[in-house]
Amino acid sequence: MIVFSEEQAMLLDTANEFCQNQAPLSAVREVIHNDAAMDPVVWQTMVDLGWLGISIPESFGGLGMNLADAVPIFEAMGRQLMDTPLLASTVAAQVLIKDGSEEQKSTWLQKISSGTIASVAYQETDGNWDLDAIEAVLTPTDAGGLILSGTKTLVPDAEVADLFVVSALHEGRPVWCLVSRESLSASSSIERETVIDETRRSYRVHFSDVLLSPKEVLPGCHFQHFELASMMLIAAEMSGGLAGLLEVVVDYLNTRKQFDKLIGSYQALKHPTVDILLGSEMVRSYLYHAATVWRENESVIAVESAIRMAKCCASEQFSEAGDRGIQFHGGFGFTYDCDAQLFLRRALWSQYQLGDERYQRQKLGALLF
Amino acid sequence: MNPAEVTEFRAQVSAWLSDNKPADPGFLLPETFMEVGTDQQFEFLRDWQRKVYEAGYLGMSWPEAYGGGGQPQLMQEIVNQEMAAQRVPFVPNTIGLNWAGPLILDMGSEADKNRYIKNILSAEDIWCQGFSEPDHGSDLGNAQVRAVRDGDEYVINGSKIWTSLGSYAKYMILIARTSTEGPNKYAGLSFFLAPMNVPGVNPTPIKKLTGEYGFCQTYFDDARIPADCMLGQEGEGWSVAMKTLMFERGAIGGQAGGLSMMDLNINDIIELARRATRNGQPAIDDPLTRDELTKLVLEAKGNGLMASKAKIPVLNQGYPTAVAMSSKLRGSELKRKMTRFALSLQGANGARYISNQAMDGGKWQRSYLNAFSATIGGGTTQIQKNILGERVLGLPKS
Ligand SMILES: Cc1cc2nc3c(=O)[nH]c(=O)nc-3n(C[C@H](O)[C@H](O)[C@H](O)COP(=O)(O)OP(=O)(O)OC[C@H]3O[C@@H](n4cnc5c(N)ncnc54)[C@H](O)[C@@H]3O)c2cc1C
Repeated sequence: MIVFSEEQAMLLDTANEFCQNQAPLSAVREVIHNDAAMDPVVWQTMVDLGWLGISIPESFGGLGMNLADAVPIFEAMGRQLMDTPLLASTVAAQVLIKDGSEEQKSTWLQKISSGTIASVAYQETDGNWDLDAIEAVLTPTDAGGLILSGTKTLVPDAEVADLFVVSALHEGRPVWCLVSRESLSASSSIERETVIDETRRSYRVHFSDVLLSPKEVLPGCHFQHFELASMMLIAAEMSGGLAGLLEVVVDYLNTRKQFDKLIGSYQALKHPTVDILLGSEMVRSYLYHAATVWRENESVIAVESAIRMAKCCASEQFSEAGDRGIQFHGGFGFTYDCDAQLFLRRALWSQYQLGDERYQRQKLGALLF
Repeated sequence: MNPAEVTEFRAQVSAWLSDNKPADPGFLLPETFMEVGTDQQFEFLRDWQRKVYEAGYLGMSWPEAYGGGGQPQLMQEIVNQEMAAQRVPFVPNTIGLNWAGPLILDMGSEADKNRYIKNILSAEDIWCQGFSEPDHGSDLGNAQVRAVRDGDEYVINGSKIWTSLGSYAKYMILIARTSTEGPNKYAGLSFFLAPMNVPGVNPTPIKKLTGEYGFCQTYFDDARIPADCMLGQEGEGWSVAMKTLMFERGAIGGQAGGLSMMDLNINDIIELARRATRNGQPAIDDPLTRDELTKLVLEAKGNGLMASKAKIPVLNQGYPTAVAMSSKLRGSELKRKMTRFALSLQGANGARYISNQAMDGGKWQRSYLNAFSATIGGGTTQIQKNILGERVLGLPKS
């Protein structure tokens, strides 16, 4: 069952309008070309709209809405292939809300609501999707402090982040710890990484002998909460991206002619394009179902299955649609100029975040039967 | 209806169904109306429909004046859901209940409504559909069966094919050519609510790929039908036929309800995967089988969620008709895939057919072969994709 909230309806309209104005596809190419770490003007507008604090409780300066209500924003951003630190900051805030102490929350949530950028560093370099398989460690010092060392990869927006939420092993147990930009040691480093989606700002962060107070360790450790929240928002971006791609494909099929006929009249293109349409409708259905289940706070298994289903379906449909989207543009599809490549690259990036469709199906099998 | 009323009504329906659900007849029942092949099967199902109607659970939202229940559509939906949940047999007068009936209510005369509607609901009058012809199936607009006006009658000649329920039907929704002139092939077509029990109409059973009977070729040999059987005006048959197909494919509502096919859902396949063995272990324990099964579970759940999304207009602004127009395509293709997969769960026994040695008496093999009824009937999957591409996505005609 899908229930669409009033908050979602409201945000859907605002978000569509905002993203269409701020980020036409031509702007995406500009973002890729100028290679800046972020666009401060767009960011400030988002902060002013209150989007950074959507799921942050009012007591910490946020709007106190449910994370599920933010889904339409990410869907609208995905449709325009926008990339901003909103995703990174939102899921970092989720970790704090779920697992942080009162002190950690009051220190950071207020700041995040007003635009301080936070990013979760969880991915180890071996590319393992199991969030418990951690190499980074916290080692106690004689003075009662902790030393963090380890390397995290695919850390979004690290260059502009003021806070890192890092997964590490502490006395053999997985924990979250907070690393502010100031506490990074001189030997630590942040290196830009090359990823397939050129709109993304992705980094490898070496935490080298970073000295932390034990107060920086979060009392709770629910990796799955972070994982599911992230997957829901990534699936939202993917749902939007898929709809955007479909539009690009349909436009081309309705304008390009060969053998004196519009190529859209050929069933070899028409029928798979219908498959893309139905895939897109299905992804969106899964997405808003996941949002419903999340908002209604149904059982842990229900939330996990709903979100994995959404991520699974989105990964499969978006990447396949991107693949077909290239083919259907012929020689032009092979060029950098063709917008289809932007969507395919986005699809591939998203597909491999937190588990592709096969990984999700493996997890789902155990949940569903 | 408020939630308490809904709950109460559901409980009432559920109790009625458990008390009145017919016992296993001891012979294989067909899975849809397109496969009713023996008198025994037909009578069993017709009796069941009559009973459901008399209990007030069919045509609940149709007008009371013509034999319907005059109740909210929601009540019928609850009944349909409970029927599926309790695995009761389907009601066989599908063409009458779900496409001829709503069509007559939509555009028939007062006399038509008085004459036909109640007997459709009670299964007194079975309806069949005379659209397809031996040489013109997907290209329905090219239908060539002739209808020539002679006084107060039309004289019909030619043949229709794949007529489901043809041998049991009292009426046929018939599309026939009243003129060969006109700007295009569609212009000369007219639509009739034609009686079957007149001289010169001969439905002849055809054997299906399952080895059973199920549909007919219907020959018309100077068959005379009253001129007032025409629905719509002469030459307007194509648009009436298109409307009929919208009802048939569930793209528009107004159907009488009730199950129109034996319910087969993904849980049946999961359950089979636990019982069936592949290479000495329960099929469900085999990792590759699990992956395939998960794909099907997801497709099934996704279809259900799409129906739920379709009810929320703001979430369907892009292509508002995509979900409704694709429901027959998605449902029939999924059923085909599920039943085909069911055979693969059985190891070498997948190769058996209706017999005592086969798992569940060969029901799965038969189901798979029967599954094509819906991927071909009512407009093939390929034709559905043309329609979606052209009408929903706005692509040029093939
Ligand atoms: C079980 C069953 C019950 C039926 N019951 C009835 C009934 O009660 N009344 C009735 O009138 N009809 C009935 N039909 C007929 C059904 O509607 C037709 O079989 C169907 O429309 C296809 O027509 P055809 O059989 O002539 O196949 P064809 O049109 O000859 O198709 C052959 C193949 O070509 C493909 N094809 C054809 N045209 C195109 C195109 N333009 N683009 C792409 N591919 C194309 C088709 O998809 C198919 O795969 C029934 C069919 C079945 C299987």
